[in-house]
Amino acid sequence: MASAPRRYSAAFSPEVIAEIQRAANEGLYRIRGFGTLRPLPSFDDLVLLGASISRYPLEGYRERCATDVTLGTRFAKKPIELKIPITIAGMSFGALGANAKRALGRGANAVGTSTTTGDGGMSDEERAESDILVYQVLPSRYGFDPAHLRACEAIEIVVGQGAKPGGGGMLLGHKITERVAEMRTLPAGIDQRSACRHPDWTGPDDLTIKITELREATDWEKPVFVKIGSARPRYDVQLAVKAGADVVVLDGMQGGTGATQEVFIEHAGIPTLPALRQAVEALEELGMHRKVQLVISGGIRSGADVAKALAMGADAVSIGTAALVALGCNRAIHVEDYTALGTEPGACHHCHTGRCPVGITTQDPVLESRLDVAEGARRVRNFLTVLTMEAQTLARACGKSHLHNLEPEDLAALTVEAAAMAGVPLAGTDWIPGRSGQ
Amino acid sequence: MIEVDLAQSSVRELNQRLHRIGPGDNEHHWRVVNPNGAHAVAVGLTAPVHVEIKGHVGYYCAGMNASAEVVVDGHAGTGLAENIMSGSVRVRGNAAQSAAASGRGGLVVLEGDASARCGISMKGVAIVVGGSVGHMSAFMGQAGTLVVCGDAGHDLGDSIYEADIFVAGKVASLGADCMEKEMTPADFDRLADLLGRARMAADAARFRHYGSARRLYNFHIDHAAEY
Repeated sequence: MASAPRRYSAAFSPEVIAEIQRAANEGLYRIRGFGTLRPLPSFDDLVLLGASISRYPLEGYRERCATDVTLGTRFAKKPIELKIPITIAGMSFGALGANAKRALGRGANAVGTSTTTGDGGMSDEERAESDILVYQVLPSRYGFDPAHLRACEAIEIVVGQGAKPGGGGMLLGHKITERVAEMRTLPAGIDQRSACRHPDWTGPDDLTIKITELREATDWEKPVFVKIGSARPRYDVQLAVKAGADVVVLDGMQGGTGATQEVFIEHAGIPTLPALRQAVEALEELGMHRKVQLVISGGIRSGADVAKALAMGADAVSIGTAALVALGCNRAIHVEDYTALGTEPGACHHCHTGRCPVGITTQDPVLESRLDVAEGARRVRNFLTVLTMEAQTLARACGKSHLHNLEPEDLAALTVEAAAMAGVPLAGTDWIPGRSGQ
Repeated sequence: MIEVDLAQSSVRELNQRLHRIGPGDNEHHWRVVNPNGAHAVAVGLTAPVHVEIKGHVGYYCAGMNASAEVVVDGHAGTGLAENIMSGSVRVRGNAAQSAAASGRGGLVVLEGDASARCGISMKGVAIVVGGSVGHMSAFMGQAGTLVVCGDAGHDLGDSIYEADIFVAGKVASLGADCMEKEMTPADFDRLADLLGRARMAADAARFRHYGSARRLYNFHIDHAAEY
């Protein structure tokens, strides 16, 4: 007699059961790297409306579609000028090895864009290899050095990040090598828990004075960015603008991390799509859209994502995880090391372990040697170039001679949820849920 | 002596003049009058100059100081000498919260009291407080020394790493992972030296020593209540 098909609980699926049993066994929340694994509304749920009779397209290979962007035009004496509106997001030396930092810098230089430091301070390698380097001022202030503040091209005050809005950084003990420990003034080998609040300011009024202090210390030369995680972007963007930010960097829920509690990654913050719309509206309400530049990050993977983000009103995008994937993250080499981590190429999110099979998120010299800096830089350059060309392709098709000429009217949504979140009509309708009075 | 009157000149002009001082320049002694609680006075200094500020200052006075000797003849607002790298900062009055936050080196002397979070995230700075400190002082202190000649508020040294705390008076309570430690002869000598450098007439024998129990350095389920 044939056995009855197995039935699994939807609430207590095999994955849920395994996680409960793991938690009971280990007594510790799950910590991992990468970003959200579950599906979320995203730029994939939007399409661009190419020109036809009512709109006039540009020739794909002949007519110019400019890509440059200037960040920090509000107060800084020396805004930064980028050739493409795609930057490399803040990632720490510590979470990343020195070779990865070098390769990101060289790749970014090749296309005229910026890289960003991270928790733990500025490494010599990234300063040497990055022509345009944004220096982060984080709650932990690990390795914070006013000499580095003067040596950078822009300053980024990190209030939060998309993977863990409201939470601080985390770097597990096996990545706290002697060098990382020295840079952070911490004992080697400890599980490092970064602060979630800045030590010397609380609230928007204090932030205003903090920004002033940083400007005073650098003679008002450098643009000051404020980076926020996407929880309440309408309020936070307006408060950042009020506090005097030149640039707001908004990191959506899909933003990656080197290590944090999984419950944070999957359950805190809102996706990039609605966060971006709210941020643009917040700037427009203040009359500051395009005066304070908006950089969006969190799940940007393609030129289509770039074009859609700019059409929604961003001035630039920032990529982290995608840049690491371009470097070789999850590449199908050294498969036995993926197996040893209990994973496989394409499913690895084990940045927190320090055992990165491709030598990117590690401090182990043997593993790190697997990342060839020149080859990595070439791959990053290629990827950034492809993103730019893809975005230009779509922009020309919409009749735009500059990526920044893309606009919400060029977009339609494929799902009701995306239409509501992005504030663009559901494809084939004039309906924007929550706005059209229906 | 160069005198700058902040009733006539802006903080920006003052800071830019101080930043322009080069190794061969002879402008070593500055007096700032009429600060009237201005923020960010004398921040980001890198030259070994003496700056005396006659009056009260607002937030972040002497922030990120390196090499300079800054004296505030009044009270100081939030974030005094935050992230100090070297040199010294002395306040003849009281300091608001987060004094010497995240300081990596140098000496900060507060002749009066310090409010909450004095020495928060300290990373090597030496802080000597003539009076008392508020709650959560030396929170997440990583390295350096906090000396309190008066009393300490609640949760002293919460989540402390390798910073040392010496308190002469009462401690309202210790924070997570902070414990009283033995006062070794080396600790005593270090404390006495620091009191001398700070020109504090306090007897090192009256102080008790606090530091990290190191129970939270690596995640462990049995210590979850302290996280």
